[in-house]
This record gives sequence, structure tokens and C-alpha cells, in this order.
Amino acid sequence: MADAVVAPLPGPEAVTVPGRARARTRSGGRAALLASAPLLLFAAVFFGLPLLAVLVGAFSVTDRKTDTTSFTTAHLAHSLQGPYWTAMVSSIRLSAITAFLGIVLGTLLAQAVVASRVRGLRTVVTTASGVLANFGGVPLAFAFIATLGISGVVTQLFRLDSLGWSLYTETGLAVVYLYFLVPLMVLVIAPALDGLRPQWREAAANCGASPWRFWRHVGLPVLAPSLLGGFVLLFGTAFAAYATAAAMVGAALPLVTLQIADALSGNVLVGQEGVALALALDMVIVALLVMAVYLPLQRRSARWLR
Amino acid sequence: MAALTRSRRARAWSALVLLLAAVYFVAPLAASFVFTVDIPGKGLDWSAYTQLLGAPGFGAALLRSLGLGAATILITLLLVVPAMVAIRLRPGRLAAVVEVVCTLPLVVPPIAFVAGISTVLQLGPNQLATTPLYSTFLAVQDTDFPVALVLAYVILALPFVHRSLDAGLRTLDVPTLTEAARSCGANSWQVLFRVLLPNLRSALSSAAFLTLALVLGEYTVARILNFETFPVWIVKVSGDYARLSVAVSLLSLLITWLLLLVVAGAGTRPKESP
Repeated sequence: MADAVVAPLPGPEAVTVPGRARARTRSGGRAALLASAPLLLFAAVFFGLPLLAVLVGAFSVTDRKTDTTSFTTAHLAHSLQGPYWTAMVSSIRLSAITAFLGIVLGTLLAQAVVASRVRGLRTVVTTASGVLANFGGVPLAFAFIATLGISGVVTQLFRLDSLGWSLYTETGLAVVYLYFLVPLMVLVIAPALDGLRPQWREAAANCGASPWRFWRHVGLPVLAPSLLGGFVLLFGTAFAAYATAAAMVGAALPLVTLQIADALSGNVLVGQEGVALALALDMVIVALLVMAVYLPLQRRSARWLR
Repeated sequence: MAALTRSRRARAWSALVLLLAAVYFVAPLAASFVFTVDIPGKGLDWSAYTQLLGAPGFGAALLRSLGLGAATILITLLLVVPAMVAIRLRPGRLAAVVEVVCTLPLVVPPIAFVAGISTVLQLGPNQLATTPLYSTFLAVQDTDFPVALVLAYVILALPFVHRSLDAGLRTLDVPTLTEAARSCGANSWQVLFRVLLPNLRSALSSAAFLTLALVLGEYTVARILNFETFPVWIVKVSGDYARLSVAVSLLSLLITWLLLLVVAGAGTRPKESP
């Protein structure tokens, strides 16, 4: 196809031209390959090797005396037992709960913004969401410690500790996670909410449908792929979060990311490394599953956004 | 009438939702600020901010993070810009490969990525101690300027850089621009530096700002590999100087958000023009 574009008008040179054009295309293709080669090579080495190391390390065990390495599934089995399994389950539970709350609150917020007639509010909220959704991490954890921690300003102001409040629990962590999950959901769902045409609502109202019936039969089915896609995206984000949890609770809560960090950083028993890598492999598999669900959903919801 | 009250009620609802959201998102920032300047029983005290510059390790950690950020931006752009311009000129299978490569780092959790990195780095002392590669492994892990972190951050930055450059390139007709420049006698380098890159200025700067924000905030990789970057330093001092760490957190949140707002501001302009 590309040849047809570059082929010039027929003329005295016409006989020689196709060959030249093809040669140019091929050298162009080679130039493109040459230009992308550094990137691909870099990614293959500095991204591929660590992932390969995870895969190999999760399935191998090295005998320190004889210095031989052999295949084993013990690490993987170990990573799905006892405290590690507990951590995996509680990571998945925390991610699922925060993702669910995130999509509900994010959708409510986005709907309020879309429905609002205040000028410029939309721009402010989307910009703020873009900023808040991307980077939380350590500073966010400390901001919340100063707010809702043991000697936090709000805790002291409302005597929340006497009500049994503690930031360093799953509930506390969920409150912090929502700080970046809700904006993420706003970003995901706002275009989909725009896709709900006012005419549909008017048509439903003309047919005598209550707002509830409109949402039940029209709004939610149209939004369903975006909502599910949002859930999956939020789940993945919460699942992979480490910095916030580490800065807040240290290793007090059982979470997969914290367990991996614990097993990796220095003071560990021999053989923990293999388990850490097996846990990392578990996480990659969960993340890939999440992606496998997300991509088709995103493609489906994109259909409504035209 | 019924419709009117309903829409009024709906508006009251959305106002309430917006108000609650505003409280939730502003409260931690406001409370953090109060936390840093108000000592219960003593009143106003700005020492958390005045101590900042003299705090042990503050300057070194911040400079280290900024240096890592600059190196990461440079390498990422050098790798990604030629590849993306080339695949714009010759779309095809290569374009799909580049896109997948640039998206994958978003899928793999950073903690899993760094687990792999630390395993690879341990190969150094364990397996390669007798080979010349060993000194490379040591050099890469220099604590003053850990090249290993730059390499990891380039990977983590790929999705962001790819996304902003892709958005920038979409607004350009790269083949036409290139052919026009070629017919005026420009060589490949002139096409890239005098024609394409000036047109991509806003995409390049947004890619650079995003990368800088990423590097300044990155904790997972630096913590696991034991390098004292800015976020790692914040966590380290939090035990001894709670107020100071909150003050620094607040400042770094505000600075990061400012960087990202610049990106958002630059990003909206080309979208509105066509």
C-alpha cells in the first residue's frame, strides 16, 4: 500500500521507478527499525531481564553448598499458604472494597459535575482529578497521618479516637486510597456520562418513566461497560499500591505488596527471596487478568462515546 | 411542577455531593498545614518550615532526586522520540510493538518489577564476582547517583512519555511535514530538530514534567533497592521530626500538583484548536 503512495506519475522513467520506490520503502522500514531499536533493546534488557528474573526465581531453588539450581514449585505453593495467602486475600479484599466504593463515589461526583450548571466547574474538576489520580504515594500518606492519625488535627478536633477511629486499619487505608481512586473514576466515567444523551432521558420521561426507571433500564446498562472497566482499573491501582501503605502502616497490615517488600529487604530468612519472587509472579498474574478484562470492556464502552 | 421540584431536588443533591467532595479533598491539605504550624498549647510556630533547609539530608536527597529526574527525562526522550517519529512515518507492525512495550510497565506492579531488579542486581556479587561485569554492577549501584534507579525510572516513565508524545504527534501530519522539509533540501537531522521537535514542544515539555513528577514521588523502587531519594528521606525523618516530614510532604504534594497542572494547561490547548 505504501508503495502506491510514493510511486510517481508514469513517464519516461516509469520502468525503473517501481523498483526504486520499493527499495526506498524497504530502507525506510529499516530506518524505522533502526530508530526504534534503542528503545526496544533498552526495554528488553531493563524490563525484560527483571521480569525474567522473577519468573526464573519463582520456580528455582539454589543449593548453597553445591551451588546447583533446580526447578521447584515450592515457592509458588508457599506463596499461596499461611500468612502469604492471608495477605493475598486481604489485599484482594481491600482492593475490591475500595474499587467498589471508588466507582460509586466517583460516578456520583462525576454525575454531579456533569449535571451542574456552574461554569468552568467541569474543567476544574477534570484537571484536579487528573492531578490527584496520578500521584499519591508517601506525601499523601503523611498528609493523612497529620489529619486523621493518632495526633492528627481532625482526630483531635472531633475526639475521633474515643469513637474507636484508627487510621492504621483497613478502613483507614481505604479512606486514604479513595483520595486517588475517586478522581481516577471521575476521569474514567465523565466521558461516558457525557454519552448519555439528554434526549434519552426526555424520551424516557415522555413514556412516563421515573428517574429510577430511567437509570435502571437505560442509564446503567449504557454505563455498565465503563463502570466495570472502572472497577477493574481501580482494583488494579489499589492492588499495586505500595508507597502509601508502607508509609502509613509499615508492616502492621497484611498486604501482598508489604509482604514482598518485607521478604526482599535485607533481614530475611534464607529462601524468603524465592517466595518474594513467587508473590511478585502472583501479582503480575492478577494484574494481567485485570488487564485482560479491562481492555475489551474499554473497547466496548468506547463505542458509546462517539 | 413535579418536574420542577424534581430538578430542584436533583440540583440540591449535586450541590451536596460537590460540597462533600470538596471537604474530603481539601481537608487533608488544610489539616496538614494546621498540623505543621500549630503546636497544641503553644500556638503558632513556623519552625517546621524554617528548619527545612537545614534538616540533615534534605538537600542531598532532593538534589539526588532532581538529578535522577533530569537523567531519566533525557534518556527516555532520547529513546522514545526517534522511535515514535519513525513509526509515524512508517506505521505498521513496529508501531504496535512499540505501543505494547510502552504500555506494559503500567500493567506490571512496581513492587513486582523491583523484585526482579533486586534479583538481577544480586547476580553481581553472587555469580559475576570474577568477571569485569562486576565493576559495572557496582558502578550502577553507586549510592550518590544510583544509575540503576535511572534505568528503572526510564521504564516506569515510558507509558507517560508515550502517551503525551502520541497525543502531540496526532496533531501533526508527520509524513507531509517531513516530505515538505525534504523537498526544501533538509536532511534527516534537520527534519527532526528544525521541523518536528519545535512542533512537538508542548508534548515534549508535558512528557518531561510528568516524568519529573513521577521520579520525585517514586518510593517503591528506591526503598527496596535502598537508595535515599527524596520520598525515602521523608519517610526516614518522619520518626524523629513528624512536623517536618508533614511540612515537606505538603510542599512536595503542592509542587508535584503544580507541575501536573502545567502539563494539564499545556495539554488542553492543542485539543481545542482543531
